[in-house]
Amino acid sequence: MKTTNMMPEDQLDLAQKRDRMQQRVKASLKRRHAQEKRFKGMGMAAVVTALAFVTLLFFTILSKGLPAFWQATLTLQVYFDPEVIRIDPKPEKRSDESEGAFQQRYLAWQTQLGFVNFNRIILDSLAREIPEAPEYQRDALRLVTSGERFALRGLVEKDPSIIGQTLTLDLLADANVDVWMKGNIDRNLPDAQQQLSARTRAWVDELQARGVIKSKFSTALFMNPDSRSSLASAGLAGAFMGSLMMMLIVMFLAVPVGVASAIYLEEFAPKNKLTDLIEVNINNLAAVPSIVFGLLGASVFILWFKMPLSAPLVGGLVLSLMTLPTVIIATRSTLKAIPPSIRQAALGIGASKVQSVFHHVLPLAIPGILTGAILGVAQALGETAPLLLIGMSSFVASVPATPFEQSTALPVQIYLWQGNELRNFFEARTSAAIIVLLALMITLNALAIWLRKKFETRW
Amino acid sequence: MGQPSMNTLKVTLPESADSQALPQGNIKMSARDVKVFYGASEALHGINMDIYENEVVAFIGPSGCGKSTFLRCLNRMNDTIDSARVTGKVTLDDQDIYDPSLDVVQLRAQVGMVFQKPNPFPKSIFENIAYGPRLHGLVDNKTDLEEIVESSLRRAGLWNEVKDRLDAPGTGLSGGQQQRLCIARAIAVSPEVILMDEPCSALDPIATTIIEELIDELKGSYTIAIVTHNMQQAARVSDRTAFFHLGNLVELSATREIFTNPQDTRTEDYITGRFG
Ligand SMILES: Nc1ncnc2c1ncn2[C@@H]1O[C@H](COP(=O)(O)OP(=O)(O)OP(=O)(O)O)[C@@H](O)[C@H]1O
Ligand SMILES: [Mg+2]
Repeated sequence: MKTTNMMPEDQLDLAQKRDRMQQRVKASLKRRHAQEKRFKGMGMAAVVTALAFVTLLFFTILSKGLPAFWQATLTLQVYFDPEVIRIDPKPEKRSDESEGAFQQRYLAWQTQLGFVNFNRIILDSLAREIPEAPEYQRDALRLVTSGERFALRGLVEKDPSIIGQTLTLDLLADANVDVWMKGNIDRNLPDAQQQLSARTRAWVDELQARGVIKSKFSTALFMNPDSRSSLASAGLAGAFMGSLMMMLIVMFLAVPVGVASAIYLEEFAPKNKLTDLIEVNINNLAAVPSIVFGLLGASVFILWFKMPLSAPLVGGLVLSLMTLPTVIIATRSTLKAIPPSIRQAALGIGASKVQSVFHHVLPLAIPGILTGAILGVAQALGETAPLLLIGMSSFVASVPATPFEQSTALPVQIYLWQGNELRNFFEARTSAAIIVLLALMITLNALAIWLRKKFETRW
Repeated sequence: MGQPSMNTLKVTLPESADSQALPQGNIKMSARDVKVFYGASEALHGINMDIYENEVVAFIGPSGCGKSTFLRCLNRMNDTIDSARVTGKVTLDDQDIYDPSLDVVQLRAQVGMVFQKPNPFPKSIFENIAYGPRLHGLVDNKTDLEEIVESSLRRAGLWNEVKDRLDAPGTGLSGGQQQRLCIARAIAVSPEVILMDEPCSALDPIATTIIEELIDELKGSYTIAIVTHNMQQAARVSDRTAFFHLGNLVELSATREIFTNPQDTRTEDYITGRFG
């Protein structure tokens, strides 16, 4: 009886309650929508800001750096005057001669060639365009960058038969000529503050008007090592080779070792205190500031193992150490993501542990492993701090032929150029070097994406 | 039948089993006092069971009672779980399968397994089947291999559906087809025993029927242990049914007996609860 009496009241109560609740929900709706909108707006703003900064970055770097690929170049008739180039014929190896003896004769010939005054040749060529050049040798020689002497010498050494001939050659203009032509220096500055004499500047303008000096695409940036005496021909080749060697060392050291340890830790190692400790330490290592690895490299590889300073070998080892945790962590998380059902399927049919891993798990993990590895290598490629500590920030004017020779690296080269006194010239060159580094990075990342796609399409 | 003791029922006494029209035959596998520990907790409290040659035995029981755990003891899949520890004795043809001298690879070739979720390799249909025979070196040439692939697929009732696309990925098949592919993969290495852990739980009624028919067909030549939550399925496919509860084997007898005349109240509660 009681319950039936209660019913209508209860229902009334419930209806009221529901009504109130609906009202509250409605009231809160507005706030919730506003919140959602705000969140969306902030997200969009963040993305747009980020994009804007990236665009700005690329725009400034490209607009600053791209002109550096075109350098002021003089096109001159160069007469290889036998009167100036007085040298013996290039030694040929005789059949009755030992290798050592031939080397000695060749060296003597090279020394002879080294004494030739190629500035004379350049002056003579300039005189064809500027008749008064011989009278103002200093001013005239400022037109052509000093490194071109050695370029001419190289031509003769390669093929002495050009002696006596007249060749049309492109000679790089001095860095200051380039700066003047590109308008990177205020033309109204008084003489005292100009890098070039008034006469040289007048010649540049005249030669430019006659088309003898032109901005031409120059390979100097890519083909030459760094230089301090002939700034216009300073290039990235040395740094590029150094970076390349280090990248190879990282690829062949950090990647296999990292992948192997990750596979072992993830698939085979027993789960116990020791492996937990190792895991924690690997994660910690990944968070260690890179400069610490540089210190480690300096004290272990250079002080203990007496490895050479500034060598890509040491750089590669240091970067490998730095990259190792990244590779291990990336590989492990890839392996973790492979469904255990695949392993069970293989084990259930009688595959051994190793077989199940190598036949089934690894093929599925390869895209992820490759991506992790390549991103690790790319990270190593862009690293500067640890290299400074092992002496790779020193000036090196040669392209290393082996990983034991002195070298620098692309990011370090950028850092060095950034600090060069001739800012008008090197600002653009620094940006050009950044473009090269970025291009390399983008290529690596694209490779990672491509590899991932390629291996993923195998379902 | 007397008071059923907790772990050992008629199981250990094949003579008494005879009276219930159980399959006559040799004991294929037997478990004695099998306990499984996950870390410190004991999941199975001493199981005794005999499984006869070419019979189908169904494992039923509430969730978490240890059916899968026991099934995994029979082909040592528990070895792959780090925390799991197995004690007691399990034999296959009177050989102790936990004997250190026995190679687990060979055991798993003899005792195949089909999992709850179809898990074909992400490779072609052909490769899925061919993997086992190749792994164990069962074939000498490609023709033999193709023969095995075809006959396995035929036995699993999948041949007609996939014969034109053996190069297509196994993962591209429907759920039911995938499960039959997994069964075909298991029988491709000619195991003596097949363990199935809820093979139909992810399948629709039609695919389930196909698999049940397949089990029926296989039972002439294979010994099958199947875990299921589906009472009708247990009743349909199995010769004998084992009821597990909280890590104990409560009752094991002929399927008809279990469903019509359970000896233990727990069995009865469970079955009647399910059947309403
Ligand atoms: N890998 C594991 N680690 C720890 N405990 C486990 C593990 N696998 C199972 N267990 C425990 O062992 C007991 C038995 O589990 P099992 O999977 O055998 O049950 P089941 O009968 O198959 O259940 P279901 O019907 O839900 O599949 C459960 O209490 C479970 O929590
Ligand atoms: Mg289970």
